[in-house]
Amino acid sequence: MEKQWFTISVYSENNVGLLNRISGIFLKRHINIEGLNVSKSEIDNVSKFTIVVNTTDKWVRNIVGQIEKQIEVIKAFYHTDDETIYQESALFKIDSALLFDERQIQNIIKESNSQIVTVAREFFVLAKSGRRNEIDEMHEQLKPFGIMQFVRSGRISVSKEEMQITAMLKEFQPNHN
Amino acid sequence: METIKEKKAATKAQSTLKISGAEAIIHCLLAEGVDLLYGYPGGAIMPVYDELYKFQDKLTHILTRHEQGATHAAQGYARVSGKVGVAMATSGPGATNLVTGLADAQIDSTPMVCITGQVPRHLLGSDAFQETDIIGISTPVTKWNYQITNASEIPEIMAKAFYIAKSGRPGPVLVDITKNAQFDEFEFSYEKCKGVRSYNPAPKPNLGSIEAAAELINNAKKPFIVWGQGVILGQAEEELKAVIEKSGIPAAWTIMGESAIPTSHPLNVGMVGMHGNYGPNVLTNECDLLIAIGMRFDDRVTGNLETYAKQAKVIHFEIDPAEINKNVIADVAVLGNSKETLALLLPLLNVNKHEDWHNEFKKKHQIEFDTVIKNDIHPTKPGLTMGEVIEEINIASGNKAVIVTDVGQHQMIACRYAKFEQSKSNITSGGLGTMGFALPAAIGAKMGAMDREVVAIIGDGGYQMTIQELGVIFQHNVPVKIVVLNNEHLGMVRQWQELFFDRRYASTIMTNPDFVKIAEGYSIEAKRVSERKDLKATIQEMIASDKPYFLEVKVEQEDNVFPMIPSGASVSDVRLK
Repeated sequence: MEKQWFTISVYSENNVGLLNRISGIFLKRHINIEGLNVSKSEIDNVSKFTIVVNTTDKWVRNIVGQIEKQIEVIKAFYHTDDETIYQESALFKIDSALLFDERQIQNIIKESNSQIVTVAREFFVLAKSGRRNEIDEMHEQLKPFGIMQFVRSGRISVSKEEMQITAMLKEFQPNHN
Repeated sequence: METIKEKKAATKAQSTLKISGAEAIIHCLLAEGVDLLYGYPGGAIMPVYDELYKFQDKLTHILTRHEQGATHAAQGYARVSGKVGVAMATSGPGATNLVTGLADAQIDSTPMVCITGQVPRHLLGSDAFQETDIIGISTPVTKWNYQITNASEIPEIMAKAFYIAKSGRPGPVLVDITKNAQFDEFEFSYEKCKGVRSYNPAPKPNLGSIEAAAELINNAKKPFIVWGQGVILGQAEEELKAVIEKSGIPAAWTIMGESAIPTSHPLNVGMVGMHGNYGPNVLTNECDLLIAIGMRFDDRVTGNLETYAKQAKVIHFEIDPAEINKNVIADVAVLGNSKETLALLLPLLNVNKHEDWHNEFKKKHQIEFDTVIKNDIHPTKPGLTMGEVIEEINIASGNKAVIVTDVGQHQMIACRYAKFEQSKSNITSGGLGTMGFALPAAIGAKMGAMDREVVAIIGDGGYQMTIQELGVIFQHNVPVKIVVLNNEHLGMVRQWQELFFDRRYASTIMTNPDFVKIAEGYSIEAKRVSERKDLKATIQEMIASDKPYFLEVKVEQEDNVFPMIPSGASVSDVRLK
């Protein structure tokens, strides 16, 4: 079976140690996590993990089943890239002198649709949000001039279809068992 | 107007509600119906042991000789009684010694709560004496775990621990309690856990899927049932029996499902898997409908998945949604507790006999009997076989004993030849394959079923992994019967070396101590049998005894267990010799 990119969305209680429990499921199957983001979700007191993996359909189903089984996980979903709206963010720290010495830098900033977050005497910082390939492209363009620091966030994504999590939470109320 | 005296009384009544975390733990255990636990004290759990001392009239603590023994004893107790087993240990090495038992309970779905002491909260992360990250270590091998750092968390977390351990697909839970939380006082009140919003223990049966299953079953010409431990955990033995009897479907069991239906039942066709019976394995690849009930298609059951039951439609009755389509794709998945789903299935089934199909199993059994079973149970060669020992135990105990096995050749032989009339009677380490399981598990099994005969059958290798638990049998006079089948080898590994590694017996030959003397050192009555003429009488004497009894049987050193599906081969490629 062919490998492809999947975004796994996990809705969970916000408890210490749950990340360890979830990451262990990938570790046990020798599958690398390519992107990870943890944030609050649309529901109060419910956290959302957004995990990106490159694996087969069979494995992603298996993994999502195992994640859902964890006591503090409310629900987990997986989607292909076509089924989600997603992006990543990146920061580039660059020598300020280049801003004046290299005209090409200014073109890159304009064409990449990135923002200058701050300008200091020694460095300036560019922020870029978009798909991974757009960020990679910008990285390639800036690389010859020298990048002092680079960081890229995990993927954040929302699904095109509805994730019926609120209804599910109602169903799991204690007196419903 | 309130008098000063009344005021004082009111204050006193209020203050008596305040108890230490350590005492709260005892009250939580009592509220959950626990009257017996296994463990080993140490620095970080001492406040709880101090309370155990005060409550010894209500709560019996059994000091095992190693924390691993505490977990296996708790497992044996849980497996035989259906109740939650409890084990306790201190921080650091005490906690890490629980890991094998946790992993065993996790893979074999055994309800167990383990309580560990932990260094005080202010020392967490400081590499304090006997500090270890047991939450991190135990995460992959627990159904749930939690670290309590504040006494006030104790009632809610303990209630949740017991609820999670026993509900749905059961499993082990570890609760780690820092020492400050054991000392601190708080106002105690206890409420049993009735649900956790993020956890759905058992999916509700879906009638549509049950109807679809019934239609497939009613139209099948060669249907075949394989049941697992889910039937025992779901207490669905009667429902399964009713389904089998009405539909006339031959039914086989996985090692974890053994004893759910009596061995003598005419529709019980035996064991599937690597050393299972010939018919059930070969006919898995000839049936037109495979009905899996409360089992998880372990690789030891399926052999090569690429060639497993490819001709058949598959129905999977299962409580755990993550098991559906994990190894074998199901045409119909019936989620839910098997007790409920089988009860809903029963009225939809047509009465049937499937006589021709059943005869196929009988024919295959005859082949297996002639080539394997006859020689195992009624050997004509001089050396004693493991099979004849099991058969003598069957006869002496009237098929009524709880059989606790370790891991290896003796385990496969015992599961093949032990006969059962009652459920929850076969206690073994199926999924993890933990050598050293049987002796402590037998102690727990006996304490969980004092009215039953408990016979531990152990190899000479595994016996020496937890042999120190003889100390528990001695100290508490636990009347378990211990049978060591001594072939002076790590028999199963030696068998693989013989068959697949050109007889290079690397580290499988054992020079053993005098086991009889060791048992006698613990004041346990002990015998050794080396000749067939002494076997029957000695086993009868052992079963008749109401005291602990140790029996060493010197068996043939290089016997192999057959039938055998070599690792990775197809279930239809069974080797009979």
